[in-house]
Amino acid sequence: MGKYILRRVLMSFPLILTVVTIVFVMLRALPGDPAQLMAGDRAGPELIERKKHDLGLDRPVFEQYLIFLRDLARLDLGRSVKFREPIVGRIAKSIPFTAALAFLSVTIGTALGLGIGIITAVYQRSWPDRLGIVTSVFFYSIPTFALGLLLILIFSIALRVLPVQGAATWKHFVLPVANLAVGQSALIARLTRASMIEVLSADYVRTARAQGLNQRRVLMRHALQNTLIPIITVVGFSIGGLLGGAIITERIFGLPGVGSLLLNGIVNRDYPMVQGVVILMATAVIFANLIADVVYAVVDPRIRYEQGS
Amino acid sequence: MSKVRDMIDRQAKSKRTASDRPPGLYALVVMKFVGNRVALASSFCLILILLAVLFASQITSYDPIQRNAPERNQPPSWLHPFGTDRIGRDIMSRVLYGGRLSLRVGFFSVGLAAVIGVPLGLIAGYVGGWIDNVIMRVMDVIQAFPALILAIWLVSLLGPNINNVIFAIALFSIPGYARLIRGIALSIREMEYVMAARSMGAGSPRIIFSHILPGVLGPLIVMTTLSVSGAIVFGASLSFLGLGVPPPTPEWGAMLDEGRSYLRTQWWVAVFPGMTITLVVLVLNIIGDALRDALDPNVRA
Repeated sequence: MGKYILRRVLMSFPLILTVVTIVFVMLRALPGDPAQLMAGDRAGPELIERKKHDLGLDRPVFEQYLIFLRDLARLDLGRSVKFREPIVGRIAKSIPFTAALAFLSVTIGTALGLGIGIITAVYQRSWPDRLGIVTSVFFYSIPTFALGLLLILIFSIALRVLPVQGAATWKHFVLPVANLAVGQSALIARLTRASMIEVLSADYVRTARAQGLNQRRVLMRHALQNTLIPIITVVGFSIGGLLGGAIITERIFGLPGVGSLLLNGIVNRDYPMVQGVVILMATAVIFANLIADVVYAVVDPRIRYEQGS
Repeated sequence: MSKVRDMIDRQAKSKRTASDRPPGLYALVVMKFVGNRVALASSFCLILILLAVLFASQITSYDPIQRNAPERNQPPSWLHPFGTDRIGRDIMSRVLYGGRLSLRVGFFSVGLAAVIGVPLGLIAGYVGGWIDNVIMRVMDVIQAFPALILAIWLVSLLGPNINNVIFAIALFSIPGYARLIRGIALSIREMEYVMAARSMGAGSPRIIFSHILPGVLGPLIVMTTLSVSGAIVFGASLSFLGLGVPPPTPEWGAMLDEGRSYLRTQWWVAVFPGMTITLVVLVLNIIGDALRDALDPNVRA
């Protein structure tokens, strides 16, 4: 198994390299002068020339690429055009907000989804099941931005119990976390229900029942374990979508996280900043997928026998 | 299964056609789908919305872009069922015209992705070997990207423009199609009836078009339905972030972004476009789910 995990870890480095390379190439291949973009809109011709030199844009492209990679390896993402300071520092200040938002909504959303999925699968075709299906398809469908505004309308404007914008107290985090967790739980609930129903009709569950084990024991010992396995991967792969949702959520609720940094970077045409955040987020998603795959291999021995040896 | 079998019997008895054979797979699927009342209602609802958006100019006489200061900030009324915004534009008119853009993004991007992804999947699955390997590794790389984040990067470099949005969504949807089609093509290729056809002298084009494609059709329809709803949300999200269409043009995501600032005083500016996009996505998802159930031989009608 160690071999499989090592292989999987080594595999993600070329992937990160590819993402970084594409970001590098896109900035240079697309229309527009990168020096102009990097220097900002109001820059005069001499500033653009200096920027061109500072960024090494007057050197051959391959040399630029190597310098770009060397800086990345040193965690140097360049300087922000807008703030005139290293981007890494800015990002480091914003990460806690986004990390807290993402972590809380993944854990709460997944736990809630698992609970709902299991209950609806066990009581299939009863009224809790119907209610669960209807609510989960609704919350699965409502776009993040629409749900966010709906939450503000209900809890901030109509009921006046929670603040709309900012990050001053824990109360400011309730609605953003709810906004992301609701979609996550709907996704997980739908999958858990389908997975659980499949497992419950499997032969070994029937055998366990025939042996006279009670319902609780069948569910806990036999059904649940095998239901959870496919869910793990989905949770890992949901991180990418969730970070996308976090950008939207941070904008709606005015959280000073990485997503806000990205959007402000776009508005200010602060391309080094945008590039830095894009690289950071893409890397985070690749690592989340990696962790999901490794956990999956630990839980399900079939995977490592098929691919590891 | 007995219900389905009854249906088949009844169908066979009532219809004395020339061939007099039981309904094929797709007739069964249609029967199962029609038996699902929620799905049927959703389809009806979707058709109504599509017609309303298509015939927007016949339904409303208000211009979606022109300002109309005397009628600004009006709550919903008979004259303006969805109210008006801060410069007097009729929200219903903007929702209907905006739908053209949102739906165009949804259908065009998914169509483009399918047109590229399906042949790729067929080639990878049917031909196999190193071609399969190359195609699927490229798909792996695309899928490893966080789509919305890369799309933001792409659109911010290319400029906010509807075609760039469609292109970005299509690019990230291709792997889903290629992967799905490849998997099915792989399993059908090994079926005995394909081997039989080949032994009778059928060439690759014939096997692909008359044996593999029909088998792929069902899952493809399900996936397309579900990804249209995903693409609509994706496109609207980009617009909501200010990366879709530029301001005066109505688009659902952009309208919600505009309405965001007036939630406290003019809630209708954001609520109606929000309700519309949620409804469209909801009915598309319900239809997709129902189609999947109808195509699944293990699920009873």
